[in-house]
Amino acid sequence: LAPWIPVVGLEIHAQISSNSKLFSGSQVQFAAPPNSLVSFFDASLPGTLPVLNRRCVEAAVMTGLALNCHINKRSLFDRKHYFYADLPAGYQITQQRVPIAVNGSLSYSLCIDNKMSQMVTKTVRIKQIQLEQDSGKSLHDDTRSQTLVDLNRAGVGLMELIMEPDMCCGEEAAAAVRELQLILQTLGSSQAVMAEGQLRVDANVSVHHPGEPYGVRTEVKNINSIRFLAKAIDYEIQRQIEELGNGGTILNETRAFDSKLGCTVPMRDKEGKQDYRFMPEPNLPPLILYDAKSLPANMNHQQVINIDWIHERLPDLPSVKREKLIEQYGILPEHSFTLLTQMKPKKVIGWILNDLLSYLKQHSLTVKERSVVFIATVVKQSDPFLITGTVQSCTGLGSVLLNGVRQIHGREEDHVVKSSSQSSECDDVSSFLLADLLNLLEKNQISSTAAKQVLAELWKGEGKTPLETVKEQKLELLQDQKELEQICQAVIDGQENEVMAIKAGNRKVLNKLIGLVQKKTQGRSNPVLVKQLLEKKLSE
Amino acid sequence: MLRASLRQVSAALKEGRVTPTELCQRCLALIKSTKFLNAYITVTEETALKQAEESEERYRRGQPLGILDGIPIAVKDNFNTAGIETTCASKMLKGYISPYNATVVQKLLDQGAVLLGKTNLDEFAMGSGSTDGVFGPVRNPWSYSKQYKEKSVPKSHSEDKESDWVITGGSSGGSAAAVSSFTCFAALGSDTGGSTRNPAAHCGVVGLKPTYGLISRHGLIPLVNSMDVPGILTRCVDDAAVLLGSLAGHDPKDSTTIQDDFNPFELPDLIDVSKLSIGIPKEYDAPGLSSEILALWSKAADLFKNAGAKVVEVSLPHTRYSIVCYHVLCTAEVASNMARFDGLEYGHRSDVKDSTESMYAATRREGFNDVVRGRILSGNYFLLKQNYEKYFVKAQKVRRLIANDFVKVFRSGVDILLTPTTLSDAAPYTEFIQEDNRTRSAQDDILTQAANMAGLPAINVPTALSERGLPVGLQFIGRSFQEKQLLTVAKWFEKQVQFPVIQLEEVKRHDNGVCQYEKSLTVKQGEKAESQSSASPTFGSDVCSQGNRISSTENLNLVKQDAMATPSRTCCAGSGLLARVKSTCELKENSVYLDVRNSLKICLGPLFTKFSSRDTLHGQPWTSEPLKGP
Repeated sequence: LAPWIPVVGLEIHAQISSNSKLFSGSQVQFAAPPNSLVSFFDASLPGTLPVLNRRCVEAAVMTGLALNCHINKRSLFDRKHYFYADLPAGYQITQQRVPIAVNGSLSYSLCIDNKMSQMVTKTVRIKQIQLEQDSGKSLHDDTRSQTLVDLNRAGVGLMELIMEPDMCCGEEAAAAVRELQLILQTLGSSQAVMAEGQLRVDANVSVHHPGEPYGVRTEVKNINSIRFLAKAIDYEIQRQIEELGNGGTILNETRAFDSKLGCTVPMRDKEGKQDYRFMPEPNLPPLILYDAKSLPANMNHQQVINIDWIHERLPDLPSVKREKLIEQYGILPEHSFTLLTQMKPKKVIGWILNDLLSYLKQHSLTVKERSVVFIATVVKQSDPFLITGTVQSCTGLGSVLLNGVRQIHGREEDHVVKSSSQSSECDDVSSFLLADLLNLLEKNQISSTAAKQVLAELWKGEGKTPLETVKEQKLELLQDQKELEQICQAVIDGQENEVMAIKAGNRKVLNKLIGLVQKKTQGRSNPVLVKQLLEKKLSE
Repeated sequence: MLRASLRQVSAALKEGRVTPTELCQRCLALIKSTKFLNAYITVTEETALKQAEESEERYRRGQPLGILDGIPIAVKDNFNTAGIETTCASKMLKGYISPYNATVVQKLLDQGAVLLGKTNLDEFAMGSGSTDGVFGPVRNPWSYSKQYKEKSVPKSHSEDKESDWVITGGSSGGSAAAVSSFTCFAALGSDTGGSTRNPAAHCGVVGLKPTYGLISRHGLIPLVNSMDVPGILTRCVDDAAVLLGSLAGHDPKDSTTIQDDFNPFELPDLIDVSKLSIGIPKEYDAPGLSSEILALWSKAADLFKNAGAKVVEVSLPHTRYSIVCYHVLCTAEVASNMARFDGLEYGHRSDVKDSTESMYAATRREGFNDVVRGRILSGNYFLLKQNYEKYFVKAQKVRRLIANDFVKVFRSGVDILLTPTTLSDAAPYTEFIQEDNRTRSAQDDILTQAANMAGLPAINVPTALSERGLPVGLQFIGRSFQEKQLLTVAKWFEKQVQFPVIQLEEVKRHDNGVCQYEKSLTVKQGEKAESQSSASPTFGSDVCSQGNRISSTENLNLVKQDAMATPSRTCCAGSGLLARVKSTCELKENSVYLDVRNSLKICLGPLFTKFSSRDTLHGQPWTSEPLKGP
C-alpha cells in the first residue's frame, strides 16, 4: 500500500503590538483589570464609528514586506457577522475580499533527525495577511451557569496570516512558526508570545495518497505553545492515518488539542455551518497605500502611508543576522540558530556578565566604567547580534558566551511563561545599574551566583539598586577574613577522614570541604579564597 | 417672536429684545400646549433652562458664542445625547442614556444652542410617516391649522374631527412638526431615503439633506451607513445655511467625512438665476404623482424660465430601479447594524434565560417592532453566501448606475434639478395606516431616495398649500458639495413662492409679538466651490485616548461597592465588573442575574473610556486606575 502523505497548513493570528486598538483609542494591555480598557466603540455603543489606527496598518505592511508579500495599495474592510457574547457589535471588521498583503513566502530551517549540524531550509507560501479586530474574552462559570465577558481585548488589532498547506509534519510547522515569531519580534509588529495569546495558531491537517487529491481536512484549535503545535499536528496526522487505515472516514470538523491528554478531540460545533453574511464595512473608505511613485504631493503627511519608506527602514531580519554572525564572527550555523531562534536575548545577559568578568579576571584586566556602560547599553537593546559582536570585539569571548547560551537552553521552557509578563520591563534595566552590578562582582563583594539573583531582581524593574538587593537578601560575600578562617577551621576539625585523604594526596576531596564552607556561609564566601585558606591550613 | 426666523431671533437676543431664558420658557410652554402633536419623546426642560441661563450670562457679558447662542433647538431621537435618553422610538433603547454626544449635538451645544428635547420618529428611522415608533404617531401641526380646518370637509358625521388629523411624513416627523409648530427654531433630523425632506414637505418647512460626507455621522444611530446624513429642518433657507455652517466639516471620529475645510457661507440677498440651467427629470413624473403637485412643479419651472433661467428636461433612466435597489442595500445594512442589539451591553433584555441564544432571540423579538424585524430578516437573506452576488452586489451596481445618471446630467451643463418632494400632500392617519410600512416607504421615498443613493445634496422648499389646505413642497437636487449654489437657488425660489405661515391657535396664545421674517431679497449669482471626497480613511494615531470619563461620584461608589461586595465573582473572573450572559443551563438565582445587569448599566457610565480623537491626547499618561474619578 502506498504511504500516506500528510499535508499541513496554518492559520495564524498575531496580535499587533500597538498602544491603542485597531479602530478605537483605548489602550492595549495584557492582564489589565477586566473591562478597564473599553471605549464606547469597543462596547459597540450605538452611533460609534471605527477610526483606523495608523500604527496597525504600518505593522501589517512591515510584516507583509518581511514575508515577501505583494502589498495591495488598495485594500478593503468587511464585516463578518456572527452572534457571540464577546463580539459586542455582532460582527467583526476584517479584510475578507481584498486584504492588505498577499502572495508571500517564509523560509525556515529545521534540523534533520534532531541533529543540530544537519539543517535544511524550507519555504512555505503565505497566502495573505489581513487586518482584523480581536474579540473579547468569554469566561464560562459552569458552577453558576453563567458567562462573564471581558472586553479589554475586543477591538485589538490582529494580523491574520494564512500559510498554504506546504508543510508535512508537526516539526516543520513548529519551525515555520518559530521563524515567524522571530521575524515578528524583530520587526516589533507583534510581541508574538503564545502564552499571552499574542500568537494563536490553528492547523489544517489532512492526509492523502501520492497522486491523489488532498484528503478531507480537520482544523485543530486550542494550541497554546509551539511544542504543543508539533504534538497536536503529529497526533492528528497519526489519528487520520489510523482512522482511514481502519476503513473509516475523516470529517471536515474542528478539533481541539488537549494538552494534558496529548490528543485532539472534536469541538462542539456551533449549530452546523455558519454563514458569516460578509458585507463591506460602510464606515471605512478603502485603505489606500502609496509608494514613492504614487505619493501625492499635497497630501497631509500624517494621512499617508508610504510603502517604500517602510521598506527602507526594515530592520535586519533573523536570517540576515544569522548570516552576519556566521560570516563576521565565525560562529557555527547551528549556533547562530541557537542564539537567535531558541533564545530570548535577555536570558543571555547573565551569562555574558559572568563570563565577561571571569575572562577579564583571567587576563588581569579591569572593568572600565565606560566600556561597561557601553556593553550594558548594547545588552539592553536585547539584540543577540550586537551583544555577541560587542562582547567578542571587546574580549574575544565568543566561545565562552555560546557555551553559556547552551547551558541555559535547557531551562528555557520553564522560564518563558514566568518571565514573559516581565519581559517588557526588562528593557528598563538601566545600564548604570548593570555597571553597578559588574562592579560588585569585580570587587569580590558578591559571588557570581548572587549576581544572577541580583540580575533577576533588576529585571523585575522595581527600581532597586544592585547594592540594595544585595543588602536586603544578604548576598554580600563574607569580607571578614578571620570569621572565614574560623569557619574553615571548624570544617577541617569536623572532617577528620577527609583531611586524612587530602593529606594522603587525594586533592579532589578538597572540593568537598570547599562545598561545606560554602554551605555554612550560605554561599556568601568566595570559593577561591576559601580554597586558599583551606590549603594553607592543611599544609600547616 | 416664536415665529421669527433663526437669524431674526438671534438679532433680537443680541439687542436684548428677548432673553434666552424668556425664549426657552416660551418654547417650553408651547411644547406643553402642543403636546397632542406628540412631536417630542423627551423634553429636557431642566437642562434647557440651565443652558438658557448660561447663554443669558454670556449675553450679559457681551460675549455670546455666535448666532446660535440661546437659540432653542430640537434633535431627532436617533442622535446620541449625553445624559439624555436616546430611544430611537424603540422598546430596544427605551431608557437608554448615552454617555456621549453625537458630533452634531456637541457642535450645537458648543455654539450655545439650547436643547429643548428629543423628537419623535419611526422606530430606528424606518418609515415614512412617523407613525411606527413605540411612542405613537406624530400629528401634523397643519391638521390643526386654520387653513386646513377651513378647507377640509369632515368625511362622515359619525367620525369626530379627531380622526381627520394628517401625518407628518417621516421618519423625522417629530423634528418637522416641532419646527412647523414654532416650538423650536431649528431641528436636526436624519435623511437616509428622504426622512428629512419628506416630513419637511408635509409640514411646510425647509428640509436640507447635505452631501454625504459633509456632516459627521458620529453619534447618529445608523440606519444605512452609506446613505445616512444628518438633516437640517428650519423655517427658511437662510436658517438652513446657518445650521449647515455650524455643523459641516471634517470629524476625526467619522472617517467618511471629507477632509477639506468647510467655509460657512451666507446666502446673497441679490440672486440672479438667469444664468442657471435647471433640469427637470422626466422620471420624477412618477405614477401616483398628484395632479396638483404636477401643476405646481410645472409652475415652478415656469418661474425659473421667466426669470431667464434655462429649463431643460433631463432623464435619469435608472431612477426607477432605485426602490428595489434601496430595499436590498438598506435591509442588508440594517441587518448588520442591528446585530449589536443583543441585550448584553445596553438596551432591552428579555427575561427569557434558558440559554444565551434564546435570550438573544427573545430580546430582539420583544425589543424591535415588525418593521425592524422584517428588514433584519430580508437583509440577512440578501447577505447569505448564495444570495450575495445575486442581490447585494447587483444592487450595488445599480446604485452606481443611479449615481452615474446624475453625474451625466450635471456634466451636460445642468446646475440644479427641480423635482417634487412627495407624490401628494399629507395623508390622514387613518388612511395612511391602511398599508404596511414597506409599501408606504416604497411609495413615499420614490422621489427622494435617488439623492441618497448618489450622496447628493437636496432640499425641500415649501411651495404652496394644496386644495385641502396642506403644505406641498418641491425639491432641488444639487451637485456634490455645492450646497451654496443649491441653497442660493432654493432661497430665490422661496422668495418667489411666498409660502403662507401656518395659523395655529396655540401659537397665537403664546406668541403675541408677530414677527414675520423679511422677504426683501435681492439677486446675485451663486458662487461655486469645488470639494473633493476623501478616498482613504483618515488615520487615528496610535496614541491611547482616555477621553472624558463621565464622573458621577454616586455611580463610582456603586461600582466600587459592587466590585467589592461580590468577591466570588472576583474569584471566577478576575473582577466583579463583567458583562454577564446566561449560559446553557437553567439559572437558579434570578436576583443575581438582575443585579449583574445593574452593574453593567453602571459600567457604561464611568467604567468605559470615552472614545475621542486619539491624536489630541498625545503625551498624556495613561492611568491604569479606572475607578478613580477626576
